[in-house]
Amino acid sequence: MLTAAAATGMSRRRPLGRRVAGGSVPYLLVLPVVLVLAAILGYPIYFLVRLSLQTYGLPELVKQSGEYIGLDNFRTVLHDPLFWHVLLRTVVFTAVNVGLTMVLGTLIALLLVRVSTWLRLLLTTGLVLVWAMPPVVAVQIWQWMTNSQNGVLNYVLTRLHVGNYFQHSWYETTFSQYAMVTSLIVWGAIPFVVITVYAALSQVPHELIEAAQIDGARAWRSFKDVTLPVLMPVLLILTSLSVIWDFGVFTQPYLLIGPGQQTTSNYLMSTYLYYEGFGKNNFGIGAAISLLMLLIVAAMSVVYVRRMLRVGED
Amino acid sequence: MSRRRTGRLGWNVVGILLFVVMVFPVFWMISTAFKSNGQIYSFNPVWFPRHPTLGHFGDAIHRPYFWTDIKNTVIVVIVTIAIALTLAFFAAVALAKYRFSGRKLFVILVIAIQMLPQAGLIIPLYILLGRFPTGNLVNTLTGVILVYLTFALPFCVWTLRGFVLGIPKDLEEAAMVDGSSRLGAFLRILLPLVAPGLVATSVFAFITAWNEYIFATTLLHDQNKQTITVWLSLLSGGNRFVDWGQIMAASTLIAIPVVIFFLLVQRRIAFGLTSGAVKA
Repeated sequence: MLTAAAATGMSRRRPLGRRVAGGSVPYLLVLPVVLVLAAILGYPIYFLVRLSLQTYGLPELVKQSGEYIGLDNFRTVLHDPLFWHVLLRTVVFTAVNVGLTMVLGTLIALLLVRVSTWLRLLLTTGLVLVWAMPPVVAVQIWQWMTNSQNGVLNYVLTRLHVGNYFQHSWYETTFSQYAMVTSLIVWGAIPFVVITVYAALSQVPHELIEAAQIDGARAWRSFKDVTLPVLMPVLLILTSLSVIWDFGVFTQPYLLIGPGQQTTSNYLMSTYLYYEGFGKNNFGIGAAISLLMLLIVAAMSVVYVRRMLRVGED
Repeated sequence: MSRRRTGRLGWNVVGILLFVVMVFPVFWMISTAFKSNGQIYSFNPVWFPRHPTLGHFGDAIHRPYFWTDIKNTVIVVIVTIAIALTLAFFAAVALAKYRFSGRKLFVILVIAIQMLPQAGLIIPLYILLGRFPTGNLVNTLTGVILVYLTFALPFCVWTLRGFVLGIPKDLEEAAMVDGSSRLGAFLRILLPLVAPGLVATSVFAFITAWNEYIFATTLLHDQNKQTITVWLSLLSGGNRFVDWGQIMAASTLIAIPVVIFFLLVQRRIAFGLTSGAVKA
C-alpha cells in the first residue's frame, strides 16, 4: 500500500488556478470521510489510549470492560528490560535495512544510467516484477530457497566454495534469522528506490556532468558535487519512508521466522506487541506498547509529513 | 571512445549479473511450480523444469478453501475500494479545488494516518470489532472491510487529490460559464476526466488490500472466511512434508493478478514519483 501511497503522494506539480472559497461546500465534501475516519480510526485510537490505562485480559475481554489502573502498564513496560532490548534491536534492524536499501537502490539506479538501452529495459521490467511480489508470496519463496534440506541457497553457497552449507539451517540463531529477514525486505524494497532515484537522475543537468568531466573531475567528485545535491530531496523522502516502514514491519519477520518461533530473543517492536497483546491476552500491556510505538513512528514521520505538506499546499 | 565502449560493456556485465540475482527468486518460484516432485527434491537443483507439469497448480486450486478464500478476498477488496473511492472522491475535490479553514489539518491527518504501522492499531481494532454495536464483527468480512477502510480512505483521498489537481482550470470555467453551479460543473466535467485517476487509484488500493496480511490473519479465524494471503501462509505449516511444488504454484497464482495490475500502472507510479519529489 505504502509504496503506491508515497508514489502518488509525490504527485506531479502543475500550475493551477487558485482555490476558491466555497462556503459550506468543501465542508460537506470532506464530511463523509471525516465522519468515517473518526469512527473507524479516531475512536479506536482514543480507545487505545484508554486501554493502555487499564488491566485488560481475557476476563475483561468477555466482560467488555477493563479496570482503570493509571499509568501502571507504562511503568511495567518501561521497567521491563525486554522493552528496551526490543526497541534497540528494532532501531538497529531498521538502520541496517534502510541503509542497505538506500545504498544498493541508489547504486543500481546509477548503474541503470550506464547500461545499454535493452538491458535497462530488461532490468526495469525485472525490478517491477520484484516490486509486484506480494510480501506473503515472497516469504514462501524465501522459505523454499533457504530451506535447510533442499534449499537452493545452500547448494549455491556450497558450490561456490563459500563454505560447507550442506543442510545448513538459517533459522537457528537470531542473527541468521535476521539476515534472512533483511535480505527479504531489502530485496522487496530495492525496486521502489531504484525506480524513484532513476527518475530523479533524469533531472540532473547533463551539461553540468559533462562540464565536471571536462574539468577532469573524478567520478566520485562529480557524483558528490553535481548529482547528489539534485538527488537529495528524493533520497530524504525515500529514507524517511523506509525508516517508518521498516520500523513497523510485521509480515516478513513474523512469517519468515515463523509464528511459532517468535521469542523474546528475536522480537521486533511489532511482533513484541503482538505477542504481549494476543499471545499473553494482556491487552492493556499490548496497548501501552502500541501507543509507545505509534508515538515513536509519529515522531519519525514529522520529516516526511512536513515535506509532503508542501506538495499538498500546491 | 573505445574506453567508453569497454566501460559500457563492463557495466552491462554487472547489470546482467544484477538482473539474474534480483529476478532469480521469482524465476525459482515459477520454475518450481512447473517441476515434478522428483526434480524439486533432487539433490542437485534442476534449473529449468524438464517435462513441465501443471499438476501442482491442479493440487493448489483443488485444495480446500482456495476458491472460497479467493472469493472472500475479491469481496473484501471490491467493497473496500467502492466505499473508499466514493467517499474519497468528494474529499479530494474539496482539497484540490477549495480553500477552507481546517484544510491544512485535514491534509496532515490524511498523510500521517498512512504512516501509522498497522501492528500498532491491531489491538484496539480487534477489541472494538468484538463489541461492535450491531454484533461481534471479529471473524466477519464486514469487520475486515471496516479495518481496510482505515488505510484505503486516506490513501484514496491523497491519490485522487493529485489527479483532480491535474485537471485544467479552463474546463471547469467553461462549464461554469454554461451556467452550471460550481459543484455541478465539477461532477459533470470532472468525473470523466478523473476516470483514469479513479482506475489507477483503485488498482493501487486493490494491490494493497489483496496483499494485506496482519489484519486478515488476526481478525479471520475460520478457514472459510479467510483471505488468500492467510490461506497461503497456512499452506506450509502443519505437515512434516512440505509440498513446495504446490506452495510455489499457489504463490504464482496469487501473484499473477498483482503483477498484471502493477504492469498496468507502473509507468504512472514512476512518473508520479518524479516531479513532486524533485521539485519540493
